[in-house]
Amino acid sequence: MDTTASYNDKVVRQFAIMTVIWGIVGMLVGLIIAAQLMWPALNFDLPYLTFSRLRPLHTNAVIFAFGGCALFGTSYYVVQRTCHVRLAFSKLAAFTFWGWQLIIVLAAITLPLGITQSKEYAELEWPIDLLIAVVWVAYAIVFFGTVYQRRIKHIYVANWFYGAFIITVAVLHIFNNLAIPVTLTKSYTIYTGVVDGMMQWWYGHNAVGFFLTAGFLGMMYYFVPKQAGRPVYSYRLSVVHFWSLIAVYMWAGPHHLHYTSLPDWAQTLGMVFSIILLAPSWGGMINGIMTLSGAWHKLRSDPIIKFMIVGLSFYGMSTFEGPMMSIKTVNALSHYTEWTIGHVHSGALGWVGMMTIGSIYCLLPRLYNKDSMYSTKLIDLHFWTATIGVVLYAVSMWVAGIGEGLMTRAVNADGTLTYSFIEILASKFPYYGMRLLGGLVYFFGMLVMAYNVYKTVSKEKPVPVAVMEPA
Amino acid sequence: MDINEFRGLLTAVLLFSFVGLWIWAWSSRRKADFEASAALPLEEDQHMTNNGQENN
Repeated sequence: MDTTASYNDKVVRQFAIMTVIWGIVGMLVGLIIAAQLMWPALNFDLPYLTFSRLRPLHTNAVIFAFGGCALFGTSYYVVQRTCHVRLAFSKLAAFTFWGWQLIIVLAAITLPLGITQSKEYAELEWPIDLLIAVVWVAYAIVFFGTVYQRRIKHIYVANWFYGAFIITVAVLHIFNNLAIPVTLTKSYTIYTGVVDGMMQWWYGHNAVGFFLTAGFLGMMYYFVPKQAGRPVYSYRLSVVHFWSLIAVYMWAGPHHLHYTSLPDWAQTLGMVFSIILLAPSWGGMINGIMTLSGAWHKLRSDPIIKFMIVGLSFYGMSTFEGPMMSIKTVNALSHYTEWTIGHVHSGALGWVGMMTIGSIYCLLPRLYNKDSMYSTKLIDLHFWTATIGVVLYAVSMWVAGIGEGLMTRAVNADGTLTYSFIEILASKFPYYGMRLLGGLVYFFGMLVMAYNVYKTVSKEKPVPVAVMEPA
Repeated sequence: MDINEFRGLLTAVLLFSFVGLWIWAWSSRRKADFEASAALPLEEDQHMTNNGQENN
């Protein structure tokens, strides 16, 4: 195939549409389990609907289905546009789409059946893990094959972030999932004891660092300048940002294992690197937000820019909160409480969600040869529902979590615990309601997005876009 | 070489390469290349505008 005739936007369109659909599915499951925490009877006494089985379904759906499709789709778009070449290996690219959808469907079947490795964010059993590895290697071949065929000298910074995300996730996935299969649906990890714990959180934290951060920073470095109509604030800062972020993130995992049997020096190492991580994180955030300098008026008129800038603000907030929570004395209060859930969702709904939504709104009209989405007013409505939803979610979980931490550690003069478990649970009940409301509001915004997307793309016959000649 | 000497050396190498990265990125010789790169996300919209097509 002529690599300069037209861009391969078909696979981008497929991933972009599935991003919206899986976003709705994953967040709906989140709403169900949030409601179950208030009213446990909502599992209807069916094992398939228990919190323990639906919770991994929720996390897998929002991270790997919603976030994953967004990353596949945008990276395929960005690498073609910034390399001035058609995506390499069209058939392999189509395989990554259908393979990834198959993995998601298999996850949606096996997790409610209780088939799990019991590793957080790596629950899927070994046959699915093998399929993920194959699809991921195909993804790497397509992405780096395109970079290799590029017709301009420089590799744009967004591609560096996407590239780091692809390589690191492959390494994390393969090593954390090394296991000995016993049957088709059961395997045992090769790691034991504290090594298993350390492997799991090396994986777990770098899934945050490379899947949910580096990948989405790639998205940020392309779509924020594009939507703002201005080049990135400081390109040289983006270079330092890239290398410092990927060098430091790798070491932060042990902060998930404070006060466990992990050796104390390893816990402290994880804490120190987590605190250092504040610098590259905020460097990147400032670089993104300052891209708007000289064009701040767009914040008033363009809801897509609002999504991106508020997303970056949540990135800044959660990357301040994260290092703080990694400090052992803070962690002693925050760990195993709702505070962690609040922290995760200000990152997930605020940063990952809003950056994805903004980028999809920026991308979709371009994929269907239109000037803009069907309705800008509906994007604005979506922006406000998303913002109010995240704030309700994060605030309720902060209050519930700090209360929970303080009540758990309270002791009477004679050394007995002041509060029973049920008293602590009861104290959280109203905040569970507030969190459910926040989730509902955020979810409503996703439905508005689905309608807007449907009205934008239905009846449209996309025409191929010619590959641009290098300047 | 003792493993701890190696660790110390590695730390020093990483520290100096970090400083070196700053110097490299901020050197004036990079300026033109970086400006050309930074314009990459925008060129398609400009290209469309130059061809008389509408862009949002």
